[in-house]
Parts: sequence; C-alpha cells; structure tokens
Amino acid sequence: MRGLILVAKRELGAYTNTPMGYVILAAFLLLEGLFFNAFAVGASAKASADVLGDFFYFSFGCTVAAALFFSMRLIAEERQTGTMVLLQSSPLANWQVVGGKFLSVIALITVMLLISGYMPAMIFINGKVSLSHIGVGYLGVFLAGATAASIGTFGSTVAKSQLVAVIVSGAITVALLMAWILGRVTDPPVAELWSYLSIYDRHFQSFQKGRINTEDVIFYLSLCFGFLLLSTRVLSARRWK
Amino acid sequence: MIEVQNLTRYYGRHAAVAGLSFSIQDREIVGFLGLNGAGKSTTLKILAGLLLPSSGTVHVDGVDVVQAPDSLRAQIGYLPEDAPLYLDMRVRDFVSYVGQLKGMSSAEVDARIDGVLARCGLAERAEQVISELSHGYRKRVGIAQAIIHQPKLVILDEPISGLDPLQIREIREVIVGLKADCTVLISSHILGEISQTCDRILVLKDGKMAAQGTEEELRGSMGEGGQLELSIRGTQEAVVAALKAYPHTSAVTRVRTEDIEGGTIVHCQVALAADEREGLIAAIVGAGLGLRRMDEADSELEAIFVNLTQGKG
Repeated sequence: MRGLILVAKRELGAYTNTPMGYVILAAFLLLEGLFFNAFAVGASAKASADVLGDFFYFSFGCTVAAALFFSMRLIAEERQTGTMVLLQSSPLANWQVVGGKFLSVIALITVMLLISGYMPAMIFINGKVSLSHIGVGYLGVFLAGATAASIGTFGSTVAKSQLVAVIVSGAITVALLMAWILGRVTDPPVAELWSYLSIYDRHFQSFQKGRINTEDVIFYLSLCFGFLLLSTRVLSARRWK
Repeated sequence: MIEVQNLTRYYGRHAAVAGLSFSIQDREIVGFLGLNGAGKSTTLKILAGLLLPSSGTVHVDGVDVVQAPDSLRAQIGYLPEDAPLYLDMRVRDFVSYVGQLKGMSSAEVDARIDGVLARCGLAERAEQVISELSHGYRKRVGIAQAIIHQPKLVILDEPISGLDPLQIREIREVIVGLKADCTVLISSHILGEISQTCDRILVLKDGKMAAQGTEEELRGSMGEGGQLELSIRGTQEAVVAALKAYPHTSAVTRVRTEDIEGGTIVHCQVALAADEREGLIAAIVGAGLGLRRMDEADSELEAIFVNLTQGKG
C-alpha cells in the first residue's frame, strides 16, 4: 500500500509542478461552466430538478473527457522519457504502479468535482432540489470519471506515446458511449449485451435523476477493476521485455 | 557476489548475449568493455532485474534474478545510459522518492540523504529543480538515486558519456569512492576511464566473453610477442597482406599511410603471438617490402581493446 501511495503522490506532484494539470482542469471547468450557463440553465423557464439533471449530463461528459486527458500521460510519459526504469528496477508490484497512478487521477477528478460544486449550489439556493439528488448525481459522475480514468490508464499502458494513449482510450470510451446504438441494430442476445455496456444511456441516467441503482454502481466498479487489471497484466508482460 | 552461467538473451532471432559466464567478487569495480552491440547493456539490464534471460542463470548475492526479482531489486542500484530523472522534481525530493521506492522508510532516507548528496557533489544543488541542472549534475543525480538505498550492487551504464574532462574526473572520484560499500559494474566506451576506475575488465564481443582480467592480464593475453610499431615502404594492401600472412601475427591495427617521394610508407601496429621478430623482419623483406622502422608499442588499453574485439584484422 505504501508503494501505491508513493506513486500516487509523485503523480500528483507531476501535475502540480507543471502547467498540464492546471490547464486540463481549467479547460474542462470552463467548458462545464459554459455548457451549464448556455444549455442547463438556458433562456427558457425550467424545473430546477431538470436544470440539475442537465448539469449532471454535461458534468458527465466533461469529467469523462478530463479523466482521459489526465490519464494519458500516466505510463506513456514514463516510457517516453525513460523514467519507467525507476519503477521497473524498484521492488514495487505492478498493481501498485497502476493503482498509484489511477489514484492520482481520481484525486484530480475529485478536485474538479469539488470546484464544479458552485453550479449545483446555485440551483440548490435558487431552486428546489434535494441535497440527496445532488449527492447521487455527483456519485454517478465520480463513478463515470473513475471508469474513464481506468480506461485512460489502460490506454496509457498499451500506447507508446501520450497522443496514441488518448486516442486508444478515447476510442474505447466512445465505443462504450455508443454501445446503445449497436444494441438497437443487433439481434438478441447480442443486443442486450451492447445495451448493457452503454456507460451513459443504460447506467448513468438513473444517477442523473437522483436515483441510485446498485446494478449501475456495480457496473462502473466492475469496468474500473477490469481495465485496471488489464493494465496491470500489460505492464507485467512488458516489464521483462 | 555475482555468478553468471551460460547467460543467453535473444531479441527475436538475434542473440545479444550468447553463453556468457563470469563471476564478480564483493566490492570489486568491474568494467564492461565492448563495441556497440557487444551485449554490455543487455547483460547489465539482466543483472539489474530489468530483463529476463532467455537461458542461463544469474545469481546476485546468492539470489536468482528470475526467481526472486523483487528482493533483488531492493539490493541493486541502476543507472542507465540516459539518467532516468523526473525533471520537474527538486534534487533532494527526487533522490528521497527513489529511496522510498526502493523500500526505505522516510526516517531512513532522511538519515542518509545528506551524506549521499554530499558524496555526489550535490549538497549545494539539493533544492534545485533537476531541469535546471547541467548534464554533468544530472549524471550525479542519477548516481545519487542509484546509491541512496545502500545497495550491495551498483550498475552504471556509460556513466561518463557526454561529460567534459573535469566532470569525468569528478564522477570518477565518486565511482571509486563507491567501492568501500558495494560492488560496482560499469560499462563505458571511454577506455582510459575503465583503466583508471576498474579493478578488472570484462571484454565482450558479439555477446560472448572475448577476455577478462586486469589490464596487465589482458596485455599478457595479447601474446608473448607483444605489440610492435612498424613503418614499411610499400602499398597498404601489400603490407597488410604480408603481415597477416606471417604465422605469428595475431592482429594488425592502426594502419595509416604516409605519401613520400616515390612511394608510400605504411605505419601500423602488429601484435605477435610469440616473440618472433626476426621472422617477421624476414617475412617483410621476403615480400619485397622495405622495413623502415620497428619499435615496441605501448600496450595501451585501446590497443588491447581493438585486438580483442576485432581479432586478427
């Protein structure tokens, strides 16, 4: 566990010592704010619960995208700069390396969600929404962000450069976002499988409406675990090459 | 300390290391010498627990690198040719981080880090960001990260490449100082450096051991006849052919020509397997060439290196 924390702290240091972390954070918070103002609040009158639901819709997109950008450097940059040898020549287990790096992105996502809190706070003050709706929505965004971070970690593990990493993880994420379309055009039981894999359409909308569905929580956690396991396996396979 | 038996490592179908065997004693400084592609870095990476051998066994301090790589990694300090550094970190933070990665507690790192930084000449740069350091200081940081955890074995791959003469001298002092605490393996292309720093030299050629021993022992391995400097009148082709045809010649090196009025003088060095100079003179004269000068050459490491890695040629 100590090794995992060490790696996570180092990664967070890399984000705070360089402009990259701040730039990604600021860009997606700005985007989220613009979407919130232009589309969630909008010009026409809306129920405050709908405004909050729309906020979580945009927050989902921005957090997932930010998680992919945060995680693209995790392993790919170490490989590009030759510093991977520091981790490989230390007695750290591969799961500690992957876990530590994943944890650093989770910390950044948490910061991003906390900063974005002024938007639902405005809805709470000026409208009529419950704190539980806000909390459940944020739980959903956090789980989706964590899933994207795990996909990003995997992309960064398999790719040789950060650009390729973000393309690979972006492609996987888009495929999972669009899986519901495949679910509509294919026959059962494959259709059901595609539909089940849809990370927004099938599993996020209940969070958006303020409802926790255990199946959705398990789905996101399973995807996280699966991609982190894959990342660890890839790292193990490459460690000795 | 290190026992290597029949070590072989393939990259695809190419054997970078082929059947290498050697042993290294505790607190020895051993230099790996060889041309590019001789298998030096591959061997060092296997010893550092970064590469799996295709076959053969490697034991470091009794531990098999394949069976127990994690416990081994905590005992080894490794500096690759390009020092692996997080450029955004400060020197002290970076060295401290690597120490903890190697399994040291914060208290252990705190107790040791000032001594390590001072030893590597980094005490005054401890709070500087690594990206602001010169190449020489970055190498020092690389060495500091390799020794912070008091390893039993320190592996330095080309530690002085790209350094100026003053930096080389300073790094050399750091490396020689390591001998008091640990075994040190160095690979280098700078032959004089190997000669001045190492107790023993392993010469690799095509992934195999071409020779090993002290510089004196390697000199002896060149043959009883030693190294001769010759100046011979004739064409380069004729001179080299005549020298190579002589049965006691083990190598012809450093061939260069000098144009003179009415012909060419070929200057070269010849290593003889036996002290048969008279026969060599007779062979040169018999080939219709004019022997202008024959002298004993200084058997510098460079000559030994060329002879061992290029063979008769």
